[in-house]
Parts: sequence; C-alpha cells; structure tokens
Amino acid sequence: MTGGTGMTSEMTRDAVEAAAPQSASGETAARRQESARHPREASSISLRGVRKTFGGGVVALEHVDLEIEAGEFFTLLGPSGCGKTTLLRILAGLEEADSGELLVGGRDITTISAHRRSVNTVFQSYALFPHLNVRENIAFGLRMRGVERAEYERRVEETAAFIKIGELTNRPIEQLSGGQRQRVALARALINEPDVLLLDEPLSALDAGLRSELQVELSQTQQRLGMTFVFVTHDQQEAMVMSDRIAVMNDGRVQQVGSPEEIYERPANLFVARFMGHTNLYSIERDGEGGLATELGRISGCEPGAGTHVLIRPETIDVLPPDETGANRFSARVVERLYRGAFNEYRLDCGATAIAAIASNRGQGHYNEGDEVTLAVDCDGLVFLGD
Amino acid sequence: MHKGRRSRQAQRHWQQAAHMLGTIAPGIVWIVFFLVLPSAYLISVSFMTNGPYGLPQMPLTLQAFSQLLGFGFLGWSPGNLYTVLRSLWQTLIATGFVIALAYPVAYYISTQPAGRRPLMLLFVVVPSWTNQVIRAFGWMNLLAPDTPLSNLAGALGLVPDQMGLFPSNFAVVLGLTYNFLPFMVLPLYAAFEKMDPEIVEAARDLYATPVGVFRHAVLPQTLPGLMAGTVLVSIPAFGQYVIPQLLGGGKSMMLGNLVARQFAEASNWPLGAAGALIMILATLGGLLVLRRLGRRLGGGKEVVL
Repeated sequence: MTGGTGMTSEMTRDAVEAAAPQSASGETAARRQESARHPREASSISLRGVRKTFGGGVVALEHVDLEIEAGEFFTLLGPSGCGKTTLLRILAGLEEADSGELLVGGRDITTISAHRRSVNTVFQSYALFPHLNVRENIAFGLRMRGVERAEYERRVEETAAFIKIGELTNRPIEQLSGGQRQRVALARALINEPDVLLLDEPLSALDAGLRSELQVELSQTQQRLGMTFVFVTHDQQEAMVMSDRIAVMNDGRVQQVGSPEEIYERPANLFVARFMGHTNLYSIERDGEGGLATELGRISGCEPGAGTHVLIRPETIDVLPPDETGANRFSARVVERLYRGAFNEYRLDCGATAIAAIASNRGQGHYNEGDEVTLAVDCDGLVFLGD
Repeated sequence: MHKGRRSRQAQRHWQQAAHMLGTIAPGIVWIVFFLVLPSAYLISVSFMTNGPYGLPQMPLTLQAFSQLLGFGFLGWSPGNLYTVLRSLWQTLIATGFVIALAYPVAYYISTQPAGRRPLMLLFVVVPSWTNQVIRAFGWMNLLAPDTPLSNLAGALGLVPDQMGLFPSNFAVVLGLTYNFLPFMVLPLYAAFEKMDPEIVEAARDLYATPVGVFRHAVLPQTLPGLMAGTVLVSIPAFGQYVIPQLLGGGKSMMLGNLVARQFAEASNWPLGAAGALIMILATLGGLLVLRRLGRRLGGGKEVVL
C-alpha cells in the first residue's frame, strides 16, 4: 500500500493510458492529459433551477440551485421523501430533470446519458453484480470502456489494495459481509476515476460500530483522492462528522447550505433546527423595550435578531443552584438526567414549557431528578429563526 | 447402556427409512410403470425387425435405424434426414422468435402497476384456452392464398404471386411461435419480477451501453426464467405434431409427424420407435447444451433446468 498522494497520481496516469486508445473526443483526452501532469483536478458541480415532477404530479424537486466546489465532501441531508435521492439520481443520469441545468467541471451534462458521464455511484444496496466475483465487479467499468485486460487487472489489484480488500478479489459476492460489500462497491466506483463520486446512503445497512469506522475511512479516502464526493444521508450526525458542507433539504427544496458548524449552530429556519436535533425552540414576541417574551419567560438585554422563533442551544445553558436568580435566569425542576460520561444531559420542566440543557462533566457533581435549579441563558447561545 | 442406545438409534434410522420409502414409493411406482417400462419397450422395439403386418418381431437388427437414415428398398434418400434437420431448425428459429417476443412483453408487464399485472398475464394465457387444432385452423384461414396477409406478402414480392403464405415452413414456424409464446412469457415475467433494478442502474452507471446493460445486468438476472422458458418451449416444439401437420400441409413434416405416421398409416413400429428414441436423445443433448450455455452466461453458476 503506497501513500495516498502516490495512489492518486498513479490512478490518474492510468486513466490517461486507458482513455487514450478509445477516446472518441480529443477534448476529454486533452483534459486527462492535463490532469496527469498536475495533481488531479477535481470537478465542481453546478445545479441551476433543477426541477423534477413524477407521474401523478408528485413534485420531487421544486427548484434546486446548488454550487458544489471541486474536491469537496458535500452532503445532501434530509428526511425520506425530501428529494435528496432524486437529486443524486439526476447527477448520475439515472433520472432526467424536467427543467434546469447541470454542469460538472464547467461542462453542461444535462442531456448526456448515464453511461457516458464520468460520474459513478455507490448504491444504497451496493448493487454488486451477483454473477461476478469481487475482481470482475471492480473491473466492470473499465471493461465496459474497453480497457485492455492486463491494464484493468493491474488497476483492480491496486484499487483493491487501496480500499483494503486485496485479499478478497477472488471471492464470490455472496460470501462477503455487509462491510466488505460496501468496500467492493466503493472500489468498483473509484477505479473509474470519475469526476464526481455519488454515494446514496452507503452506510445505512451497516451496524453502528462498523458504520462509524467506515464514516472516518470514507472521509479519509475522499481527502486522499481529492475527488468531489456527493453523499446522501438522513442521519445528521453522519452528515456532520463527514462533510465539508451540507445542504439540508425538505419538500424538494434546499433549506440551508453551509458547513456542519453553520448548520448546527446557526440553523436558517425551524425545519433545519428541528432536523439537526434541536428541541429548545420557542416562539417569540418582542416587547417595546428590546426584550423577548417566550414560553420560558422574558429574555432581555440580547441583540434581537430577525425571525419568529428562538433556539436556545442546550450546551450554552448553565445549570445553577436554585438561589442564584437574576436577569435571563429561570427556575426549573430536573425531570430526567441522562449520564453520557463526558457530559450530563438534563431534561427540565420550566412550568409552562420544557427545556434541555447539557452540562459538561468537569467533576463538579450533578443534579438529580426532582432537584430545583436555576437556568442561566446566555445571549451568545440564542439563534433567531424564521419558519 | 451403550447397547441400548445404539439399538434405539438403529430403530430410529429404520423408522426414518421406512417413512421416506412410504413418501416416495408412489412416485417411484408411477415412474417405473409410465416412464421406465415404456421406454424400455420403445428401445427394444426400435431394434426389432418390421414384420409383414407392421408388427415388430425378432430378430434384433439395426434395420429401423438404417431406414431412419434413408436406406430403403429403392436405395438411399435424404427425406428422413431432412425431416430431422427441419425439426431441429424450425424448433431453433421458433424458440428464437419466442424469446425475442417474450422479453419485451414480460419486461413491460413487470413494469406495470401491481394491480394490472394479473389481467395482462391473463391476456397472454387466454389464447391457449382454445384447442390447438382450432387455433391452427384459424391461422390456415388467415394465411391461405387470396387473403389480405397473403396478398400483401405477394405484393411485396415475399412469395410468388397467387401463392399463399400457407402451407409453408414459414406458417409452421409462425404457428409454433404463436403456440408456445405463453410458456416463455410466464417464466420470464417471474424472473423480471424478482430482478433488482438497482443492478441494472449500476451497469448503466458503469459505462455499459444499452446492449451491455442487457448482456451484463438483465440477462444474468433473468437467466433462470429464460432457461425454464427455453425448455418449456423447445422440447414440445421439437416433437410437435398438430402444427406441422396442419400448417405445413405435408410439405413441412417434422419428426413428430414422421413418428406418428410409422405407427399409423405406414405400419412400421420399429422405425417409429427409432424415431422416438432419436427424439429423446436429441432432447437430452439439447438440455446438456442449454445447461452449459446457462453456466457460461451465468458466470459459472449452475442453472437449474
């Protein structure tokens, strides 16, 4: 196993050799030649006004504009039915958009069919060919493009070693575990050196431990190759761990695009906040003196932002003894304490409403169920949201 | 102690064996009486001499087989060989047509909403509720000289003027194709229903052309249905009697007609038995070829026929 960068340039050079004899368009060959001299140039993606309606008038994508940067790990995050998989399928060419434009690396590929796109997919069910063994599965894309046998066999060995399945290449598919199948599917897509790699919930069928292991591995692989990855998931934790940027989708629209920090700490609207797992959401009414009336009580002295709701991030709330009252402090009763090791998560009852607070464990002791406490809300922990 | 256990074990084995024997005995009896014994009789008849009254008699000879090869009183004639080859050839062509027609039909039905599929499958099967003879007569009327189809074919120069499309080899192949289509559509449909569409998409995603997608993603997944359909179509088609008799008009005899004639008008049982034996051997040979073909197309995996 060579280092990551070595692998990259190696794979790129192979791509040129492979593309050269059967390359119909000189443009493609020239572009690949270009990338052989320099480190691989990843491709950016632009989606402009993409719309998709299915039979029966079901709108899958309302109007999607997205700019995905070259070499980025980009995640489409949303609940099932939000349109994220449809968008991925449009990128792959497996589904055709009703209207809109799709550019990869500056080239318009809206009307190019799937088998002519330099875009490969890791499918949710892996979709490995059951009648072929691991080696034949990985070689499939190269064989379909007419790469010579000696050449593709060498690259299969390389890619298999890179993905750490070198010892499995002669196995039939049905003898592989879920994690191994996932790796084969990844190798089968990566060997083609696509401009963009699409991943459709590739980890959702795996158990928790393997899943978090592969999350790390997958984002490391992406960094080593510098390839543009578009990843689809409904798991916000997974999205935050792996992504450079996330697009949160709902009802066929992009709700917010940003880094994991932006999405989690400054959700753009109520949907994004709820989807990212926030529960401390309260509607607000402004009184004339710069104060905010919430179900929790009056919050004053904070810079009031625009929006109809406020999010109080649980990790910014201080849980204090009951006598330490004051401005922006509210008395509450502990309903439940969940011990998470590194921190305590409290579910509290504030009379009119409920709130969650997270106190990091610095050995200061903790409150128990039924204890009366005072909660101190910090202006920095407030996020103002629209609907 | 030990001995007791062992004898109990032996007793259980006996019980199991007796139970198994009881379960399969009716099947064995059936096969012995209706397959093994008649086949043995058929084989022995084929090696006997044809008597003056058309009944097989001793001594054992290879006379029937040499007759089948065309050696008769008047020297050698290729008629019988032609019949055997024609049977093979027409079976192959008809099976090919059936496959070509059944694939799109089965695929189309499998893509329909689940509620509509039973009705569509019914439409495929309904024609076979009518007797084969009546349907063959129907085709005779459609293809006879001076009918719209024949006139059209004549105008296009496909057949000599005033000649019908019936009787001909074409009419026989058409009749076979029409007759056996449902036997291919049904197993293919079952295979399409089980097909994983994501594997087809994976092939498209991995640069396979439409032909490549069919060859590498659709065909391997529908191979069991194709194999089952091919067996169900080609074996009965090879031995067909009614369709070549009616649509071939005596010009396009198949092996089935040859055999039938020896047992009826020609009164030559040994020759008929030899023909039937050749038919069985050819069928077994065809199954072996099909099996190897299936293994190659299916990536080395055994396809159960």
